[in-house]
Amino acid sequence: MNIHSVWAIYRFEMARALRTVFQSIISPVISTVLYFVVFGAAMGSRVTEIDGVAYGSFIVPGLIMLSLLTQSIANASFGIYFPRFVGTIFELLSAPISYFEMVLGYVGAAATKSIVLGLIILATASFIVPIHIAHPFWMLLFLVLTAATFSLFGFIIGVWADGFEKLQIIPLLIITPLTFLGGSFYSINVLPSFWQKISLFNPVVYLISGFRWSFYEVSDVSVGVSLAMTFVFLGICLVTVAWIFRTGYKIKN
Amino acid sequence: MKSAIEIRDLSKTYKTGFSALKNINLAIRKGEIFALLGPNGAGKTTLISIICGIVNKSAGTVLVDGHDNVSDYKAARTLIGLVPQELTTDAFETPWATLSFSRGLFGLPANPAHIEKILKQLSLWDKKDEKIMRLSGGMKRRVLIGKALAHEPRILFLDEPTAGVDVTLRKDMWQIVRDLRSTGVTIILTTHYIDEAEEMADRIGVINKGEMILVEDKATLLHKLGQKKLTIQLVKPLKAIPLKLKAHNLQLMQEGKALVFNYDTHAEKTGIATLVDDLKSAKLAFSDLATTQSSLEDIFVDLVKK
Repeated sequence: MNIHSVWAIYRFEMARALRTVFQSIISPVISTVLYFVVFGAAMGSRVTEIDGVAYGSFIVPGLIMLSLLTQSIANASFGIYFPRFVGTIFELLSAPISYFEMVLGYVGAAATKSIVLGLIILATASFIVPIHIAHPFWMLLFLVLTAATFSLFGFIIGVWADGFEKLQIIPLLIITPLTFLGGSFYSINVLPSFWQKISLFNPVVYLISGFRWSFYEVSDVSVGVSLAMTFVFLGICLVTVAWIFRTGYKIKN
Repeated sequence: MKSAIEIRDLSKTYKTGFSALKNINLAIRKGEIFALLGPNGAGKTTLISIICGIVNKSAGTVLVDGHDNVSDYKAARTLIGLVPQELTTDAFETPWATLSFSRGLFGLPANPAHIEKILKQLSLWDKKDEKIMRLSGGMKRRVLIGKALAHEPRILFLDEPTAGVDVTLRKDMWQIVRDLRSTGVTIILTTHYIDEAEEMADRIGVINKGEMILVEDKATLLHKLGQKKLTIQLVKPLKAIPLKLKAHNLQLMQEGKALVFNYDTHAEKTGIATLVDDLKSAKLAFSDLATTQSSLEDIFVDLVKK
Protein backbone atom coordinates (compact mmCIF):
# COMPACT_ATOMS: atom_id res chain seq x y z
CA MET A 1 0.00 0.00 0.00
CA ASN A 2 1.37 3.35 -1.04
CA ILE A 3 0.31 5.62 1.82
CA HIS A 4 1.90 8.77 0.39
CA SER A 5 -0.03 8.45 -2.87
CA VAL A 6 -3.37 7.85 -1.19
CA TRP A 7 -2.71 10.71 1.19
CA ALA A 8 -1.76 13.03 -1.68
CA ILE A 9 -5.06 12.37 -3.48
CA TYR A 10 -7.04 12.60 -0.25
CA ARG A 11 -5.47 15.92 0.70
CA PHE A 12 -5.87 17.31 -2.81
CA GLU A 13 -9.59 16.51 -2.74
CA MET A 14 -10.06 17.89 0.77
CA ALA A 15 -8.28 21.09 -0.25
CA ARG A 16 -10.73 21.42 -3.12
CA ALA A 17 -13.61 21.22 -0.66
CA LEU A 18 -12.07 23.89 1.54
CA ARG A 19 -11.63 26.14 -1.48
CA THR A 20 -15.28 25.77 -2.33
CA VAL A 21 -16.46 25.80 1.26
CA PHE A 22 -19.64 27.66 0.43
CA GLN A 23 -20.69 25.16 -2.20
CA SER A 24 -19.57 22.14 -0.20
CA ILE A 25 -20.79 22.90 3.29
CA ILE A 26 -22.81 26.06 3.62
CA SER A 27 -25.28 25.57 0.79
CA PRO A 28 -26.41 22.09 1.95
CA VAL A 29 -26.82 23.46 5.48
CA ILE A 30 -28.98 26.31 4.20
CA SER A 31 -31.17 23.97 2.18
CA THR A 32 -31.55 21.69 5.22
CA VAL A 33 -32.73 24.60 7.33
CA LEU A 34 -35.21 25.43 4.56
CA TYR A 35 -36.51 21.86 4.64
CA PHE A 36 -37.06 22.29 8.36
CA VAL A 37 -38.97 25.47 7.83
CA VAL A 38 -41.18 23.95 5.14
CA PHE A 39 -41.67 20.42 6.39
CA GLY A 40 -40.99 20.79 10.07
CA ALA A 41 -42.80 24.01 10.83
CA ALA A 42 -45.50 24.09 8.17
CA MET A 43 -46.37 20.40 8.11
CA GLY A 44 -45.29 19.60 11.63
CA SER A 45 -48.14 21.70 12.96
CA ARG A 46 -50.59 19.29 11.28
CA VAL A 47 -48.72 15.99 11.47
CA THR A 48 -47.84 16.06 15.11
CA GLU A 49 -46.04 12.77 15.36
CA ILE A 50 -45.15 9.58 13.50
CA ASP A 51 -44.60 6.29 15.33
CA GLY A 52 -44.52 8.21 18.58
CA VAL A 53 -41.78 10.61 17.43
CA ALA A 54 -42.44 14.35 16.99
CA TYR A 55 -42.56 15.12 13.25
CA GLY A 56 -39.74 17.67 13.36
CA SER A 57 -37.44 15.15 15.03
CA PHE A 58 -38.70 12.32 12.83
CA ILE A 59 -37.48 13.93 9.61
CA VAL A 60 -33.93 14.63 10.86
CA PRO A 61 -32.41 11.25 9.85
CA GLY A 62 -34.15 11.50 6.46
CA LEU A 63 -32.79 14.98 5.87
CA ILE A 64 -29.28 13.89 6.77
CA MET A 65 -29.60 10.93 4.39
CA LEU A 66 -30.88 13.19 1.64
CA SER A 67 -27.78 15.39 1.87
CA LEU A 68 -25.48 12.44 2.43
CA LEU A 69 -26.61 10.69 -0.75
CA THR A 70 -26.62 13.72 -3.02
CA GLN A 71 -23.38 15.18 -1.68
CA SER A 72 -21.49 11.87 -1.73
CA ILE A 73 -22.41 11.41 -5.35
CA ALA A 74 -21.71 15.03 -6.26
CA ASN A 75 -18.32 15.11 -4.53
CA ALA A 76 -17.02 11.81 -5.82
CA SER A 77 -18.35 12.16 -9.35
CA PHE A 78 -16.91 15.64 -9.75
CA GLY A 79 -13.62 14.61 -8.13
CA ILE A 80 -12.85 12.05 -10.83
CA TYR A 81 -14.73 13.70 -13.71
CA PHE A 82 -12.85 16.96 -13.48
CA PRO A 83 -9.35 15.50 -14.10
CA ARG A 84 -10.82 13.61 -17.04
CA PHE A 85 -12.38 16.79 -18.33
CA VAL A 86 -9.28 19.01 -18.09
CA GLY A 87 -6.84 16.22 -18.91
CA THR A 88 -4.90 16.06 -15.66
CA ILE A 89 -5.93 12.41 -15.39
CA PHE A 90 -2.72 11.56 -17.29
CA GLU A 91 -0.82 12.08 -14.07
CA LEU A 92 -3.01 9.70 -12.09
CA LEU A 93 -2.74 7.05 -14.76
CA SER A 94 1.03 7.37 -15.02
CA ALA A 95 1.55 7.34 -11.25
CA PRO A 96 2.78 4.18 -9.52
CA ILE A 97 -0.53 3.62 -7.76
CA SER A 98 -2.95 0.73 -7.84
CA TYR A 99 -6.58 1.30 -8.72
CA PHE A 100 -7.48 0.41 -5.18
CA GLU A 101 -5.27 3.20 -3.87
CA MET A 102 -6.71 5.66 -6.36
CA VAL A 103 -10.28 4.79 -5.36
CA LEU A 104 -9.36 4.89 -1.69
CA GLY A 105 -8.06 8.45 -2.07
CA TYR A 106 -10.99 9.78 -4.07
CA VAL A 107 -13.81 7.90 -2.42
CA GLY A 108 -12.27 8.33 1.02
CA ALA A 109 -12.17 12.09 0.58
CA ALA A 110 -15.69 12.27 -0.87
CA ALA A 111 -17.06 10.11 1.95
CA THR A 112 -15.23 12.15 4.59
CA LYS A 113 -16.74 15.34 3.22
CA SER A 114 -20.28 14.02 3.25
CA ILE A 115 -19.87 12.50 6.73
CA VAL A 116 -18.67 15.85 8.04
CA LEU A 117 -21.61 17.45 6.27
CA GLY A 118 -24.04 14.93 7.80
CA LEU A 119 -22.69 15.69 11.25
CA ILE A 120 -22.98 19.45 10.62
CA ILE A 121 -26.60 19.00 9.57
CA LEU A 122 -27.20 16.89 12.67
CA ALA A 123 -25.72 19.65 14.81
CA THR A 124 -27.77 22.30 13.00
CA ALA A 125 -30.96 20.26 13.48
CA SER A 126 -30.24 19.81 17.18
CA PHE A 127 -30.66 23.56 17.61
CA ILE A 128 -34.10 23.42 16.03
CA VAL A 129 -35.71 20.20 17.26
CA PRO A 130 -35.02 17.76 20.12
CA ILE A 131 -32.92 14.84 18.91
CA HIS A 132 -32.25 11.59 20.64
CA ILE A 133 -29.67 9.11 19.37
CA ALA A 134 -30.46 5.70 20.81
CA HIS A 135 -27.58 3.84 19.15
CA PRO A 136 -24.68 6.18 18.37
CA PHE A 137 -22.45 3.35 17.13
CA TRP A 138 -25.03 2.11 14.65
CA MET A 139 -25.83 5.68 13.66
CA LEU A 140 -22.19 6.26 12.75
CA LEU A 141 -21.92 2.89 11.04
CA PHE A 142 -24.90 3.65 8.80
CA LEU A 143 -23.50 7.10 8.15
CA VAL A 144 -20.09 5.78 7.12
CA LEU A 145 -21.39 2.86 5.07
CA THR A 146 -23.88 5.01 3.20
CA ALA A 147 -21.33 7.73 2.55
CA ALA A 148 -18.82 5.17 1.27
CA THR A 149 -21.38 3.37 -0.90
CA PHE A 150 -22.70 6.49 -2.56
CA SER A 151 -19.26 8.01 -2.97
CA LEU A 152 -18.33 4.84 -4.86
CA PHE A 153 -21.51 5.23 -6.85
CA GLY A 154 -20.55 8.84 -7.56
CA PHE A 155 -17.10 7.71 -8.67
CA ILE A 156 -18.74 5.34 -11.15
CA ILE A 157 -20.92 8.17 -12.49
CA GLY A 158 -17.83 10.39 -12.77
CA VAL A 159 -16.11 7.75 -14.91
CA TRP A 160 -19.20 7.03 -16.99
CA ALA A 161 -20.18 10.64 -17.67
CA ASP A 162 -18.76 12.32 -20.74
CA GLY A 163 -20.32 15.70 -20.16
CA PHE A 164 -21.53 17.85 -17.32
CA GLU A 165 -25.10 17.01 -18.21
CA LYS A 166 -24.57 13.30 -17.68
CA LEU A 167 -22.88 14.10 -14.41
CA GLN A 168 -26.08 15.70 -13.14
CA ILE A 169 -28.64 13.43 -14.68
CA ILE A 170 -28.49 10.42 -12.36
CA PRO A 171 -28.51 12.39 -9.11
CA LEU A 172 -31.31 14.56 -10.45
CA LEU A 173 -33.52 11.99 -12.12
CA ILE A 174 -32.92 8.95 -9.94
CA ILE A 175 -31.39 9.66 -6.56
CA THR A 176 -33.42 12.71 -5.55
CA PRO A 177 -36.81 11.12 -6.40
CA LEU A 178 -35.81 7.86 -4.72
CA THR A 179 -34.81 9.75 -1.60
CA PHE A 180 -37.97 11.82 -1.49
CA LEU A 181 -40.07 8.69 -2.04
CA GLY A 182 -37.89 6.65 0.30
CA GLY A 183 -39.42 7.91 3.50
CA SER A 184 -37.29 10.97 4.22
CA PHE A 185 -40.32 12.90 5.31
CA TYR A 186 -42.76 10.14 6.20
CA SER A 187 -42.98 6.55 7.32
CA ILE A 188 -43.85 4.29 4.42
CA ASN A 189 -46.39 2.68 6.79
CA VAL A 190 -48.67 5.67 6.18
CA LEU A 191 -48.89 4.75 2.49
CA PRO A 192 -51.63 2.55 1.02
CA SER A 193 -50.44 -1.06 1.07
CA PHE A 194 -49.88 -1.16 -2.71
CA TRP A 195 -47.45 1.76 -2.53
CA GLN A 196 -45.81 0.27 0.52
CA LYS A 197 -44.93 -2.81 -1.55
CA ILE A 198 -43.67 -0.65 -4.39
CA SER A 199 -41.54 1.30 -1.92
CA LEU A 200 -39.73 -1.89 -0.93
CA PHE A 201 -38.10 -1.82 -4.36
CA ASN A 202 -36.62 1.55 -3.49
CA PRO A 203 -33.15 0.92 -2.05
CA VAL A 204 -33.13 4.26 -0.24
CA VAL A 205 -36.01 3.07 1.98
CA TYR A 206 -33.62 0.62 3.65
CA LEU A 207 -30.91 3.20 4.21
CA ILE A 208 -33.28 5.75 5.76
CA SER A 209 -35.13 3.18 7.80
CA GLY A 210 -31.97 1.76 9.35
CA PHE A 211 -30.54 5.19 9.99
CA ARG A 212 -33.75 6.38 11.62
CA TRP A 213 -33.81 3.28 13.80
CA SER A 214 -30.39 4.21 15.20
CA PHE A 215 -31.99 7.46 16.41
CA TYR A 216 -35.47 6.60 17.59
CA GLU A 217 -35.67 2.81 17.43
CA VAL A 218 -38.53 3.04 14.95
CA SER A 219 -38.16 1.62 11.48
CA ASP A 220 -40.12 0.69 8.39
CA VAL A 221 -38.14 -2.50 7.80
CA SER A 222 -36.04 -4.49 10.23
CA VAL A 223 -32.54 -3.19 10.99
CA GLY A 224 -30.91 -6.43 9.87
CA VAL A 225 -32.50 -6.10 6.46
CA SER A 226 -31.41 -2.45 6.27
CA LEU A 227 -27.83 -3.32 7.10
CA ALA A 228 -27.79 -6.26 4.69
CA MET A 229 -29.15 -4.09 1.87
CA THR A 230 -26.54 -1.42 2.56
CA PHE A 231 -23.82 -4.03 2.18
CA VAL A 232 -25.43 -5.32 -1.02
CA PHE A 233 -25.26 -1.83 -2.58
CA LEU A 234 -21.71 -1.41 -1.37
CA GLY A 235 -20.83 -4.76 -2.92
CA ILE A 236 -22.46 -3.86 -6.26
CA CYS A 237 -20.53 -0.58 -6.39
CA LEU A 238 -17.24 -2.28 -5.52
CA VAL A 239 -17.72 -4.90 -8.23
CA THR A 240 -18.57 -2.19 -10.78
CA VAL A 241 -15.50 -0.12 -9.88
CA ALA A 242 -13.31 -3.22 -10.11
CA TRP A 243 -14.75 -3.94 -13.55
CA ILE A 244 -14.15 -0.36 -14.70
CA PHE A 245 -10.49 -0.58 -13.83
CA ARG A 246 -9.98 -4.09 -15.11
CA THR A 247 -11.28 -3.13 -18.52
CA GLY A 248 -10.02 0.45 -18.48
CA TYR A 249 -13.59 1.50 -19.30
CA LYS A 250 -13.63 5.15 -20.40
CA ILE A 251 -10.34 5.78 -18.60
CA LYS A 252 -7.77 4.15 -20.82
CA ASN A 253 -7.74 3.58 -24.53
CA MET B 1 24.30 -2.35 -18.98
CA LYS B 2 20.52 -2.58 -18.95
CA SER B 3 18.73 -0.16 -21.23
CA ALA B 4 16.74 2.62 -19.62
CA ILE B 5 13.84 1.53 -21.77
CA GLU B 6 13.50 -1.51 -23.93
CA ILE B 7 10.57 -1.95 -26.28
CA ARG B 8 9.97 -5.24 -28.04
CA ASP B 9 7.45 -5.90 -30.80
CA LEU B 10 5.11 -3.23 -29.50
CA SER B 11 1.84 -2.71 -31.37
CA LYS B 12 -1.24 -0.69 -30.73
CA THR B 13 -4.47 -1.07 -32.62
CA TYR B 14 -7.42 1.01 -31.53
CA LYS B 15 -10.95 -0.36 -31.41
CA THR B 16 -11.74 1.53 -34.57
CA GLY B 17 -9.19 -0.68 -36.31
CA PHE B 18 -6.69 2.14 -36.59
CA SER B 19 -3.17 0.82 -36.21
CA ALA B 20 -1.25 3.51 -34.32
CA LEU B 21 1.94 1.54 -33.73
CA LYS B 22 3.28 -1.35 -35.76
CA ASN B 23 5.78 -3.72 -34.24
CA ILE B 24 8.06 -1.17 -32.63
CA ASN B 25 11.48 -2.29 -31.38
CA LEU B 26 13.61 0.25 -29.59
CA ALA B 27 16.19 0.44 -26.83
CA ILE B 28 16.93 3.72 -25.11
CA ARG B 29 20.33 3.93 -23.44
CA LYS B 30 20.79 5.17 -19.93
CA GLY B 31 21.74 8.82 -19.71
CA GLU B 32 21.15 9.73 -23.32
CA ILE B 33 18.90 12.31 -24.89
CA PHE B 34 16.79 10.51 -27.43
CA ALA B 35 14.69 12.48 -29.86
CA LEU B 36 11.65 10.86 -31.33
CA LEU B 37 11.00 12.65 -34.54
CA GLY B 38 7.92 12.34 -36.67
CA PRO B 39 5.13 14.27 -38.33
CA ASN B 40 1.82 14.83 -36.60
CA GLY B 41 -0.11 11.62 -36.07
CA ALA B 42 2.96 9.43 -36.53
CA GLY B 43 2.43 7.67 -33.19
CA LYS B 44 4.88 9.57 -30.98
CA THR B 45 2.41 10.37 -28.22
CA THR B 46 0.82 6.92 -28.38
CA LEU B 47 4.25 5.34 -27.89
CA ILE B 48 4.99 7.53 -24.87
CA SER B 49 1.52 7.01 -23.45
CA ILE B 50 1.93 3.25 -23.57
CA ILE B 51 5.31 3.35 -21.84
CA CYS B 52 3.89 5.59 -19.11
CA GLY B 53 0.77 3.48 -18.59
CA ILE B 54 -1.83 5.90 -19.92
CA VAL B 55 -2.78 3.79 -22.91
CA ASN B 56 -3.03 0.00 -22.99
CA LYS B 57 -0.85 -1.74 -25.55
CA SER B 58 -2.22 -4.34 -27.95
CA ALA B 59 0.89 -6.51 -28.10
CA GLY B 60 4.56 -6.53 -27.14
CA THR B 61 6.65 -5.73 -24.08
CA VAL B 62 7.98 -2.58 -22.51
CA LEU B 63 10.76 -2.82 -19.93
CA VAL B 64 11.69 0.21 -17.86
CA ASP B 65 15.10 -0.38 -16.32
CA GLY B 66 14.27 -4.07 -16.55
CA HIS B 67 10.81 -3.74 -14.97
CA ASP B 68 7.86 -4.79 -17.09
CA ASN B 69 5.59 -1.77 -17.34
CA VAL B 70 2.45 -3.84 -16.80
CA SER B 71 3.28 -6.67 -14.39
CA ASP B 72 5.72 -4.54 -12.39
CA TYR B 73 4.11 -1.17 -13.07
CA LYS B 74 4.85 0.40 -9.71
CA ALA B 75 8.61 -0.05 -10.01
CA ALA B 76 8.51 1.01 -13.65
CA ARG B 77 6.43 4.14 -13.19
CA THR B 78 8.34 5.36 -10.14
CA LEU B 79 11.34 5.87 -12.43
CA ILE B 80 9.44 7.90 -15.01
CA GLY B 81 8.45 11.53 -15.19
CA LEU B 82 6.14 12.70 -17.97
CA VAL B 83 5.64 16.18 -19.33
CA PRO B 84 2.56 16.02 -21.55
CA GLN B 85 2.06 17.86 -24.77
CA GLU B 86 -1.11 19.67 -23.72
CA LEU B 87 -0.96 22.32 -21.02
CA THR B 88 -3.13 20.35 -18.63
CA THR B 89 -2.82 21.82 -15.17
CA ASP B 90 -5.00 22.27 -12.14
CA ALA B 91 -5.91 25.88 -12.80
CA PHE B 92 -6.92 26.63 -9.21
CA GLU B 93 -3.81 25.19 -7.60
CA THR B 94 -0.50 26.94 -6.96
CA PRO B 95 2.80 25.67 -8.40
CA TRP B 96 3.93 24.81 -4.89
CA ALA B 97 0.81 22.76 -4.13
CA THR B 98 0.73 20.99 -7.45
CA LEU B 99 4.42 19.99 -7.33
CA SER B 100 3.98 18.74 -3.76
CA PHE B 101 0.92 16.79 -4.89
CA SER B 102 2.84 15.15 -7.74
CA ARG B 103 5.64 14.10 -5.42
CA GLY B 104 3.16 12.54 -2.99
CA LEU B 105 1.20 10.89 -5.79
CA PHE B 106 4.37 9.13 -6.91
CA GLY B 107 4.75 7.71 -3.44
CA LEU B 108 7.45 9.90 -1.95
CA PRO B 109 7.36 11.64 1.43
CA ALA B 110 7.16 15.44 1.36
CA ASN B 111 10.45 17.22 0.74
CA PRO B 112 10.03 21.01 0.66
CA ALA B 113 13.75 21.51 -0.05
CA HIS B 114 13.52 19.49 -3.26
CA ILE B 115 10.38 21.30 -4.42
CA GLU B 116 12.08 24.60 -3.70
CA LYS B 117 15.14 23.54 -5.71
CA ILE B 118 13.02 22.61 -8.75
CA LEU B 119 10.94 25.78 -8.62
CA LYS B 120 14.09 27.87 -8.46
CA GLN B 121 15.71 25.91 -11.27
CA LEU B 122 12.66 26.55 -13.44
CA SER B 123 12.50 30.24 -12.46
CA LEU B 124 9.12 29.73 -10.85
CA TRP B 125 10.08 30.44 -7.28
CA ASP B 126 8.53 33.92 -7.15
CA LYS B 127 5.32 32.48 -8.60
CA LYS B 128 5.08 29.57 -6.22
CA ASP B 129 1.93 30.84 -4.46
CA GLU B 130 0.23 32.22 -7.55
CA LYS B 131 -2.77 30.37 -8.97
CA ILE B 132 -1.66 28.44 -12.05
CA MET B 133 -4.47 29.93 -14.13
CA ARG B 134 -2.78 33.32 -13.76
CA LEU B 135 0.52 32.12 -15.19
CA SER B 136 1.61 32.54 -18.79
CA GLY B 137 1.74 29.61 -21.19
CA GLY B 138 5.50 29.29 -20.85
CA MET B 139 5.25 29.24 -17.07
CA LYS B 140 2.51 26.62 -17.20
CA ARG B 141 4.77 24.43 -19.27
CA ARG B 142 7.52 24.86 -16.72
CA VAL B 143 5.05 23.94 -13.97
CA LEU B 144 4.38 20.72 -15.87
CA ILE B 145 8.10 20.05 -16.10
CA GLY B 146 8.36 20.74 -12.38
CA LYS B 147 5.55 18.29 -11.64
CA ALA B 148 7.32 15.63 -13.67
CA LEU B 149 10.57 16.25 -11.77
CA ALA B 150 9.00 16.40 -8.31
CA HIS B 151 9.51 12.71 -7.66
CA GLU B 152 13.11 12.67 -8.84
CA PRO B 153 12.59 10.46 -11.91
CA ARG B 154 15.51 8.75 -13.66
CA ILE B 155 13.78 8.88 -17.02
CA LEU B 156 12.01 11.96 -18.31
CA PHE B 157 9.59 12.10 -21.21
CA LEU B 158 9.04 15.45 -22.83
CA ASP B 159 6.21 15.34 -25.32
CA GLU B 160 6.75 18.31 -27.63
CA PRO B 161 8.26 20.45 -24.88
CA THR B 162 8.65 23.57 -26.95
CA ALA B 163 5.44 23.54 -28.97
CA GLY B 164 4.08 27.05 -28.90
CA VAL B 165 6.97 28.37 -26.86
CA ASP B 166 8.86 31.52 -27.81
CA VAL B 167 12.50 31.50 -28.87
CA THR B 168 14.05 32.62 -25.58
CA LEU B 169 12.04 30.16 -23.59
CA ARG B 170 12.95 27.43 -26.03
CA LYS B 171 16.63 28.07 -25.41
CA ASP B 172 15.95 28.03 -21.66
CA MET B 173 14.12 24.76 -22.03
CA TRP B 174 17.04 23.23 -23.90
CA GLN B 175 19.36 24.36 -21.13
CA ILE B 176 17.11 22.77 -18.51
CA VAL B 177 17.17 19.52 -20.47
CA ARG B 178 20.97 19.61 -20.72
CA ASP B 179 21.29 20.30 -17.01
CA LEU B 180 19.06 17.35 -16.28
CA ARG B 181 21.09 15.08 -18.50
CA SER B 182 24.21 16.11 -16.65
CA THR B 183 22.62 14.70 -13.49
CA GLY B 184 22.26 11.36 -15.23
CA VAL B 185 18.61 11.55 -16.19
CA THR B 186 17.68 9.78 -19.41
CA ILE B 187 15.60 12.05 -21.60
CA ILE B 188 13.23 11.13 -24.37
CA LEU B 189 11.73 14.02 -26.24
CA THR B 190 9.30 14.03 -29.08
CA THR B 191 9.31 16.87 -31.49
CA HIS B 192 8.50 17.79 -34.99
CA TYR B 193 10.97 20.64 -34.87
CA ILE B 194 13.97 19.11 -36.52
CA ASP B 195 16.35 21.78 -35.30
CA GLU B 196 15.38 20.81 -31.77
CA ALA B 197 16.43 17.22 -32.34
CA GLU B 198 19.56 18.41 -34.12
CA GLU B 199 20.40 20.74 -31.26
CA MET B 200 19.63 18.42 -28.36
CA ALA B 201 19.71 14.75 -29.17
CA ASP B 202 22.42 12.14 -28.92
CA ARG B 203 20.35 9.75 -30.94
CA ILE B 204 17.36 10.18 -33.16
CA GLY B 205 14.51 7.86 -33.96
CA VAL B 206 12.26 8.67 -36.87
CA ILE B 207 8.71 7.41 -36.64
CA ASN B 208 6.13 7.66 -39.38
CA LYS B 209 2.69 6.10 -39.70
CA GLY B 210 3.28 3.96 -36.62
CA GLU B 211 6.54 2.51 -37.85
CA MET B 212 10.04 3.14 -36.60
CA ILE B 213 11.79 3.99 -39.83
CA LEU B 214 15.22 4.64 -38.44
CA VAL B 215 17.20 4.87 -35.20
CA GLU B 216 20.67 6.34 -35.43
CA ASP B 217 23.25 8.42 -33.63
CA LYS B 218 22.66 11.98 -34.64
CA ALA B 219 26.20 12.43 -35.90
CA THR B 220 26.11 9.18 -37.89
CA LEU B 221 22.78 10.12 -39.32
CA LEU B 222 24.05 13.48 -40.47
CA HIS B 223 27.23 11.89 -41.71
CA LYS B 224 25.59 9.03 -43.50
CA LEU B 225 23.02 11.03 -45.27
CA GLY B 226 25.08 14.20 -45.44
CA GLN B 227 24.70 15.74 -48.84
CA LYS B 228 26.25 19.04 -49.69
CA LYS B 229 25.07 21.55 -52.17
CA LEU B 230 27.41 23.79 -54.15
CA THR B 231 25.88 26.93 -55.59
CA ILE B 232 27.78 28.72 -58.34
CA GLN B 233 26.75 32.30 -58.98
CA LEU B 234 27.25 33.16 -62.62
CA VAL B 235 28.28 36.53 -63.94
CA LYS B 236 26.02 36.18 -67.00
CA PRO B 237 22.72 34.34 -66.83
CA LEU B 238 22.37 31.16 -68.90
CA LYS B 239 19.34 29.99 -70.84
CA ALA B 240 20.37 26.35 -70.74
CA ILE B 241 23.13 24.24 -69.30
CA PRO B 242 26.02 24.13 -71.83
CA LEU B 243 26.74 20.75 -73.45
CA LYS B 244 30.20 20.58 -71.91
CA LEU B 245 28.68 20.57 -68.45
CA LYS B 246 25.83 18.11 -69.08
CA ALA B 247 27.75 15.25 -67.47
CA HIS B 248 27.77 16.95 -64.07
CA ASN B 249 24.08 16.71 -63.39
CA LEU B 250 23.67 20.39 -62.66
CA GLN B 251 20.53 22.37 -62.09
CA LEU B 252 19.98 25.84 -63.38
CA MET B 253 18.44 28.06 -60.71
CA GLN B 254 17.58 31.70 -60.00
CA GLU B 255 16.48 32.39 -63.59
CA GLY B 256 19.74 31.14 -65.00
CA LYS B 257 21.96 33.11 -62.64
CA ALA B 258 23.10 30.14 -60.60
CA LEU B 259 24.19 26.58 -61.13
CA VAL B 260 23.55 24.10 -58.35
CA PHE B 261 25.67 21.01 -57.90
CA ASN B 262 24.79 18.27 -55.37
CA TYR B 263 27.60 16.10 -54.09
CA ASP B 264 28.31 13.59 -51.39
CA THR B 265 30.94 14.80 -48.95
CA HIS B 266 32.04 11.25 -48.19
CA ALA B 267 32.39 10.05 -51.76
CA GLU B 268 35.90 9.26 -52.98
CA LYS B 269 35.59 11.87 -55.65
CA THR B 270 33.23 14.72 -55.02
CA GLY B 271 33.51 15.85 -58.61
CA ILE B 272 34.14 19.45 -57.66
CA ALA B 273 37.60 19.62 -59.22
CA THR B 274 36.50 18.38 -62.63
CA LEU B 275 33.47 20.63 -62.50
CA VAL B 276 35.63 23.68 -61.94
CA ASP B 277 37.88 22.57 -64.81
CA ASP B 278 34.87 22.16 -67.09
CA LEU B 279 33.51 25.55 -66.08
CA LYS B 280 36.80 27.05 -67.16
CA SER B 281 36.88 25.27 -70.50
CA ALA B 282 33.28 26.32 -71.14
CA LYS B 283 34.43 29.86 -70.42
CA LEU B 284 31.81 30.46 -67.82
CA ALA B 285 32.71 33.26 -65.40
CA PHE B 286 31.39 32.96 -61.86
CA SER B 287 31.25 35.56 -59.13
CA ASP B 288 30.72 33.40 -56.06
CA LEU B 289 30.73 29.83 -54.73
CA ALA B 290 28.70 28.72 -51.72
CA THR B 291 28.26 25.31 -50.13
CA THR B 292 25.48 24.27 -47.77
CA GLN B 293 25.20 21.14 -45.65
CA SER B 294 21.89 19.30 -45.88
CA SER B 295 20.14 19.56 -42.54
CA LEU B 296 18.27 16.94 -40.62
CA GLU B 297 15.20 18.52 -42.04
CA ASP B 298 16.14 17.51 -45.58
CA ILE B 299 16.97 14.03 -44.37
CA PHE B 300 13.73 13.81 -42.50
CA VAL B 301 11.58 15.02 -45.35
CA ASP B 302 13.37 12.52 -47.56
CA LEU B 303 12.69 9.65 -45.20
CA VAL B 304 9.08 10.44 -44.57
CA LYS B 305 8.38 10.80 -48.29
CA LYS B 306 9.66 7.31 -49.06
